[in-house]
Amino acid sequence: MADYHEMWQSLGMDVKTHDLLCEALPGAFGDVYLSQDNRPEGMDYFNMVVAEIHGLRPAELVEHKKKGGKVVGTFCIHVPDEIPISAGAIATGLCSGSQFWVPGGEKKLPAATCPLIKASLGARFDRTCPFFRLADMFVGETTCDGKKKAWEILAEDAPMYIMDIPQMKRPKDYKHWEEEIHGYLKKCEELTGNRVTPANLRSAIILLNNKRKALQRLASFRKLDDIPISGKDVLLITQIAFYDDPARITSQIHKLCDELDTRAKNHVSVFPKGTKRILLTGTPLSIPNWKLHHIIETLGGAVVCEEMCTGIRYYEKCVDESGGTIDEMITNLTERYMGAIHCACFTPNRERIDDIKRLAEEYHADGVIDVNLKFCGIYDIEGHFVERELNAAGIPVLGIETDYTDQDAEQLKTRIGAFLEMLGN
Amino acid sequence: MVYAGIDIGSTAAKGVLLNEAKTEILARKLMPSGWNSRQTAEELHTWLLSLGHSREDLRIIATGYGRVSVPYADKTLTEITCHGKGAAFLGGGDLTVIDIGGQDTKVIVLTGGRVTDFVMNDKCSAGTGKFLEVMANRMGLGLDEFFAMAETGREVKISSMCTVFAESEIVSLMGLGTPREDIACGAVGSVVSKVSALVNRKSPSGKYYLTGGFCEAGFLVRKLGEVLGAEVITSPDGRFAGAIGAALLG
Repeated sequence: MADYHEMWQSLGMDVKTHDLLCEALPGAFGDVYLSQDNRPEGMDYFNMVVAEIHGLRPAELVEHKKKGGKVVGTFCIHVPDEIPISAGAIATGLCSGSQFWVPGGEKKLPAATCPLIKASLGARFDRTCPFFRLADMFVGETTCDGKKKAWEILAEDAPMYIMDIPQMKRPKDYKHWEEEIHGYLKKCEELTGNRVTPANLRSAIILLNNKRKALQRLASFRKLDDIPISGKDVLLITQIAFYDDPARITSQIHKLCDELDTRAKNHVSVFPKGTKRILLTGTPLSIPNWKLHHIIETLGGAVVCEEMCTGIRYYEKCVDESGGTIDEMITNLTERYMGAIHCACFTPNRERIDDIKRLAEEYHADGVIDVNLKFCGIYDIEGHFVERELNAAGIPVLGIETDYTDQDAEQLKTRIGAFLEMLGN
Repeated sequence: MVYAGIDIGSTAAKGVLLNEAKTEILARKLMPSGWNSRQTAEELHTWLLSLGHSREDLRIIATGYGRVSVPYADKTLTEITCHGKGAAFLGGGDLTVIDIGGQDTKVIVLTGGRVTDFVMNDKCSAGTGKFLEVMANRMGLGLDEFFAMAETGREVKISSMCTVFAESEIVSLMGLGTPREDIACGAVGSVVSKVSALVNRKSPSGKYYLTGGFCEAGFLVRKLGEVLGAEVITSPDGRFAGAIGAALLG
């Protein structure tokens, strides 16, 4: 990584502690990613972005802020990025996928809180993530009990704005979320001092739809018998899509896909013939959480799809672009951001089970691994239906629980290894 | 060609040699895993080579947590696949295998001799051999004595799910003067209820086969059968199921 110490210092970061993270990342990334054989050349861009993860993009955000621009940080894919973008702000996902930040979160939160929440608070309170310094507004939501209470603690240090996501999907709930998005738009206008016009909102919708379409194109290669790109690499690209410049990453994904087109024509696969294909479902895998993909693909499986927030739920459906007025466009955003994402925070959540079954078929999965981040009650409980319904459909399923530490790697290897052996016999 | 299975578990290491037709167990070896899997694996290697077969005539498969420490193995497989295969050899191909190991407990559903589903306990030692080992130690008993005592006791409820907390619960019971027999009976009851909860997470076939180090602990086997409402079969070779399965898959 280039030297960004001056910028980190000016952001009020704990540079000394942060250096420890910077020292650990290249080794971890090298072990998991650079050790793969036959990677597409188009991955170079994404390698570079990760290598510069706390430098390059934050520097762009600093530049944007110098010109009076604002940065809005979000934690959940139910929150539409089109809104801050249309108000001239930069939207960024807030990273929270490393054990590095967990102890910091545990200073404020009970140990029995999900690692994603602990890491998010740790990153802010320990001042060890530039994105958590740069955001002018942190958008929290009421998806689960852990998050909504944690936001109260985070609000003591960070400028929080909370959106109230419904827990059901009845017409009145859609109406409620629509009102919340209207409120969010107003809030973003206040923050930036810019008025959102229909033209701005439409172009933000198109911009993000284009990013989704690029990610959809990338995902389509994973349906092939000869898979030209590893599951790990696709996960990385998806994770980067949460904070990179949308137009730039869109063009980089297409560039990579052009290369994959050639590979597909020549039946190039990064996996040996007969590799067992795994669909992952469950809780999100935020950057740099590559643990499960790494274990599965090192043990001789291939991850072909993620029915997760860091996967299909993020990009599979586009926003209807036909809206003419702001009101119409917000209705369309509501439809997409509530209707097309099937998180376990909703009851009932039958659509998720249907999605898993549909995706298992579309991506020719041999088995499904249902992943639960420790202490995520809603996904843990919903696992009951996932297992029962997949069993009924004759799709093998393995439920596992894990966190951000590496201590359970051997136990996971035994469970996942046995699952792959079971699929192979 | 003869087939050897090496199963290095957290507590015990097992070696088995099968004949060429894989129908007969020619030799068995049981030893503590000790603190160094590599050294244990070496000792098993020496034992294997002492059985009168040249290395070229041996096909060796390793399993168990220590499988990565068996550099001379031709192949490694997880203990789930191996226990399933071994139990099918010992008890038939359509049953639910319950393996109470030293550090984990697994339930494996076999259909036609193939593993069709499985579940392992969470990463915690409740419901495993370790739990009973800790409790027996706390009461100054060997495991055999512990089971003998449990059989004559009246079950006291031990409600802590965590081994460490259960141990302090036992200390309190001892402080109250509760007979060791009752405490031992309670500890076995605790493992049995945890294991049956794991079994009930799957669709059990109604026929159970117990593998692992407790295959000769008659009291535990009976208790387990009572709670599951079905007979639990086992045999002294149950502890070798993982190694047998490994050899069969060679």
